[in-house]
Amino acid sequence: MNEITPASIGLSREDLPNSYIGRSVPRPNAPKLVQGRATYTDDVVLPRMVHAAFLRSPHAHARIGAIDTSAALAVPGVIRVFTGADLAKVCDPWVATLDHLKGMKSAPQHPLPLSRATWQGEPVVAVVAESRAAAEDGVAALRVEFEPLPAQTDMETALAPDAVVIHPELGDNLVFTRTAETGDVAGAFASAHKVVEARFVTGRHTGVTLEPRSIIADYNRADGTLTVHHSTQAPHMMQGVFAKHLRMEEGDVRVICKDVGGSFGIKVHVYPDEVAVAAMARILGRPVKFIADRFEAFASDIHARDHRIKARLAVDGQGKVLAFDVDDLTGIGPYSVYPRTSAIEGNQVVNLCGGPYDFKNYRCTTTVVLQNKAPTCQYRAVGHPIATAVTEGLMDLAAEALGMDPIEIRRRNLIADDAYPYTSPPGMRFEGLSHHASLDKLLEMVPVAKIRADQEEARKRGVHRGLGFAAFIELTNPSPFMYGIGGARISAQDGCTVRMDPDGSIVASSGVTEQGQGTEAILAQIVAHGVGVPVSRVKIITGDTQTTPYGGGTWACRGAGIGGEAALQSAIALKQQILEVAGAMLQAAPESLDISMGNVTDKATGAERMTLHELGRIVYFRGDTLPKDLQRELVQTRHFITKEYPFAFTNGIQASWVEVDPMTGMVKLLEHWCVEDCGRVVNPMLVDEQVRGGIVQGIGGALYENCVYDSEGNLLTTTLADYLVPMSAEMPEMHVGHVETPTRESLLGAKGAGEAGTAGAPGAIMNAINDALRPLNARVHEQPFTPERILRALGAIA
Amino acid sequence: MKWPAMGYARAASLPDLWSVLAQHGSAAQIIAGGQTLLATLAFRLSEPGTLVDITRIPELRGISVSSGVLRIGALTRHAELGRDALVARHAPLLTAAVPLIAHPAIRNRGTIGGSLAYADPAAELPACIVALDAVVVTASAAGERRIPARDFFTDLLQTALNPGEIIAAVEIPLAERRSAIQEVARRSGDYAMAGLAAALRIEGGRVVAPRLVYFGVGTGPVLAARASAALEGRALDAASIAAAQAALGEDLDPPQDLHGPPEMKRHLARVLTGRVLNGFLNPSEIAA
Ligand SMILES: Cc1cc2nc3c(=O)[nH]c(=O)nc-3n(C[C@H](O)[C@H](O)[C@H](O)COP(=O)(O)OP(=O)(O)OC[C@H]3O[C@@H](n4cnc5c(N)ncnc54)[C@H](O)[C@@H]3O)c2cc1C
Repeated sequence: MNEITPASIGLSREDLPNSYIGRSVPRPNAPKLVQGRATYTDDVVLPRMVHAAFLRSPHAHARIGAIDTSAALAVPGVIRVFTGADLAKVCDPWVATLDHLKGMKSAPQHPLPLSRATWQGEPVVAVVAESRAAAEDGVAALRVEFEPLPAQTDMETALAPDAVVIHPELGDNLVFTRTAETGDVAGAFASAHKVVEARFVTGRHTGVTLEPRSIIADYNRADGTLTVHHSTQAPHMMQGVFAKHLRMEEGDVRVICKDVGGSFGIKVHVYPDEVAVAAMARILGRPVKFIADRFEAFASDIHARDHRIKARLAVDGQGKVLAFDVDDLTGIGPYSVYPRTSAIEGNQVVNLCGGPYDFKNYRCTTTVVLQNKAPTCQYRAVGHPIATAVTEGLMDLAAEALGMDPIEIRRRNLIADDAYPYTSPPGMRFEGLSHHASLDKLLEMVPVAKIRADQEEARKRGVHRGLGFAAFIELTNPSPFMYGIGGARISAQDGCTVRMDPDGSIVASSGVTEQGQGTEAILAQIVAHGVGVPVSRVKIITGDTQTTPYGGGTWACRGAGIGGEAALQSAIALKQQILEVAGAMLQAAPESLDISMGNVTDKATGAERMTLHELGRIVYFRGDTLPKDLQRELVQTRHFITKEYPFAFTNGIQASWVEVDPMTGMVKLLEHWCVEDCGRVVNPMLVDEQVRGGIVQGIGGALYENCVYDSEGNLLTTTLADYLVPMSAEMPEMHVGHVETPTRESLLGAKGAGEAGTAGAPGAIMNAINDALRPLNARVHEQPFTPERILRALGAIA
Repeated sequence: MKWPAMGYARAASLPDLWSVLAQHGSAAQIIAGGQTLLATLAFRLSEPGTLVDITRIPELRGISVSSGVLRIGALTRHAELGRDALVARHAPLLTAAVPLIAHPAIRNRGTIGGSLAYADPAAELPACIVALDAVVVTASAAGERRIPARDFFTDLLQTALNPGEIIAAVEIPLAERRSAIQEVARRSGDYAMAGLAAALRIEGGRVVAPRLVYFGVGTGPVLAARASAALEGRALDAASIAAAQAALGEDLDPPQDLHGPPEMKRHLARVLTGRVLNGFLNPSEIAA
């Protein structure tokens, strides 16, 4: 029996020969990646191709004066120089706001600015040449008069009366503010048994993708089409963006995205230098390539997470949460980033604080302001690590104030596993979460008693270790409520077309995309499972707007949940179609047949009736032998969108065990645990590695990563020697466990798994560090938890 | 960024090197392991006309012991230094330093000559050779010079080398001494926020010729004269260690950097002083 139902999906290979969903199937595209046979955008070489390099603003804020291009044009190999005014002739500016974010404002942004540079690193002038090296020589020969202007760098003063208003036409630097308030917050605090409060800081990060941002734009004057090879998460969205702003029809723009060397949210945004490349290709009628180097990546990839949060928590005598009161402030650079906007991260903080807990009274405000630093936008686990650190930091403070165990206070407040559907104070609707089951599972994995004994004993030797916990929720499988209702052409729906070729092999093309995370692997598993063929017979196509069904691509954890369900439904539909045809050939009722491992079988006995290869031969080459009216198209397309819930929330809990050296302020990560519930696990190995990779990225935020600016707005961390990313030598042993609560919105039941690790790790590490420091009366809430900050907290340095 | 366009020449011997250098003059830049130079070229911090590769010059290779010194050729790679038996026997401080330098791929290429010539203030090897009271042997068309390590590092990324002069070798006097190196770095392989390479003798229960050399806390390796003096002639114990820590304040004038303020580097240097010197108290910890 190969029937696909929520119950049968979980069956073993013995019971269900074609069972691939839920198995650690090796990734079919991994050998290509490790053997260097992938095709990244920089590997694409086109005839007549030229290369772009950019002069970037050396100032955080400056008026752009005369631009002398004569020496640059004299450099051998240089073809042309473009200024903002040149590109404005063919390219319209964009304004990154969303209608549903009430009162949001931002200024029009051009591919190259017309009169003012507003962050250090902003592209100002472009040079196109025969090679990238020649283009850089050309950039070095440009003479641009910059008149430096006072820079507004500090988010805390952005709304002060004497602030530099970055875009005078906006009136002030306020981009967006929102307050969610429910219940009686003031009353809850007034009557609380204990109130704890803290000020949290999360550091400015960036994604540091192994493959930098890369693009080749190729405008063909002969047929009026623009083909863009792009390292992106969202080819269809970019198709729309290029068409709209270059005044073309969407259908005349094709975006191709082959292999992508990591994205983490960095590659889902519209970058002025990339649009400039498309505009220059439009003007030149030649392919133009731009590959960002690491300096450019640090100064012009989006940054994220630059938040200061003041927060309070009220609890009663039993440790029950009465109220959260949170005030979030974030600086997002000089422009909201198109088209997702830079207000979403703050908005997520409002949506997610207190998320795992059952309580009534809530107030949270986010204030999103402009500043002269690199623009910030959505990056892996948007807002989650911030909300989790705030929530879990306060929970630990409350536990300490009450003299209660941190596990016990969580157990008393986590939303009950039978409370669903549940609506959280800021209005998030949860279909089904498993906080208590996840906590129980975590406690099976973490040897708490042994750790506490070790901690006691070590303290006597002056060795300070700490154990910290962080429960979290994660927003996945977004519906149009995320962007679509705000007017952005960002698809929450995704499609998949599955076809069978004459040899019985299967090709599936999907609107979701592969960034190195393994999307193609799970699609192949799902399609193989759905049709009934060995996974080796399935090929996957992603990343081409002309050959894949329209879709949203990779963002907000939706590849498996949305793209996977579309693949499953289209695979099941193809299977039905094949069985119709097989029934006609075998003189059998289609319902009496099945497909297993590439063969049509008798459903009752499992006996093999014919191979798909043979079926394909007859359909494609001897169609004359089939009944005239038989539907024989062996291709099916299905699209999927969630309809019941705006988001499929997931949940989990992490624990971190660390050692802090109070003399040096160094933190050593000893061990880390994560239990998460992403619904149906399609590929346990991939999910575990997603969680581990996510934890590592969370560790980066907690201990290392920080985009540091001086007071003038100069970025100081412009190389990998200064911007520290987590490295394998420092990573702890990580244990991953799962609870599975499938979503009932889809047959597959999968939710997102890509951001859970990042969401919870910083909060868990913060709590572990503070647990270690507790006997020394020190505490840190400012990320990253550097030796300097820890030594300051300890009073070792002033 | 892309490297600027430049020429390349490989010298086969020292005489060959002098003629190549003479031919290219100030446009020539020596390349050894390339682990520092290639990065600075990619930053376009300098645009040499011609890179002159010295890695095939036999005179600059090899590790040997003769006439009371351990001689380490300038082209000795960090990885070779780390596994050499003569070095382990006569200058275990260097053996201990190697794992602290960068990562294996860099250690497989980077050379001791390049490290000393570049004179990064946070580099381990410059501090070690000052601690070991070594001599830097230089060569040029004009002949050889022998410069005491403590005089070799003159300022931030500056050395006593003249134009056209290279490091040929380092000579370390053979001596019974105790030595140790410790540092505090954000991640393994990173340049240190603060480090200490220390060498001393203990004769009749008294400290003799202590050399505490700090790195990552100044413009080059800092031989802490006052802290060293606080130990000289005293028994190594809690009191003399505390005296060295107290005296250290005046020896150091650390810069601010991305990791923290000068005060933090002073603090870390004091902590390292305690840890390194305490390590000498317990023989079992010296081995580690
Ligand atoms: C990621 C990274 C991390 C690193 N971390 C550390 C670290 O933690 N500690 C550390 O000490 N080092 C570190 N390094 C530097 C490394 O040790 C280099 O190998 C060393 O600094 C330079 O040696 P080289 O042979 O590669 O020199 P090159 O890069 O070839 O040359 C460096 C400079 O020295 C000159 N030069 C080279 N040889 C000679 C010679 N014989 N005589 C005169 N001039 C010469 C060159 O002209 C050039 O100016 C790191 C490097 C990298 C890339």
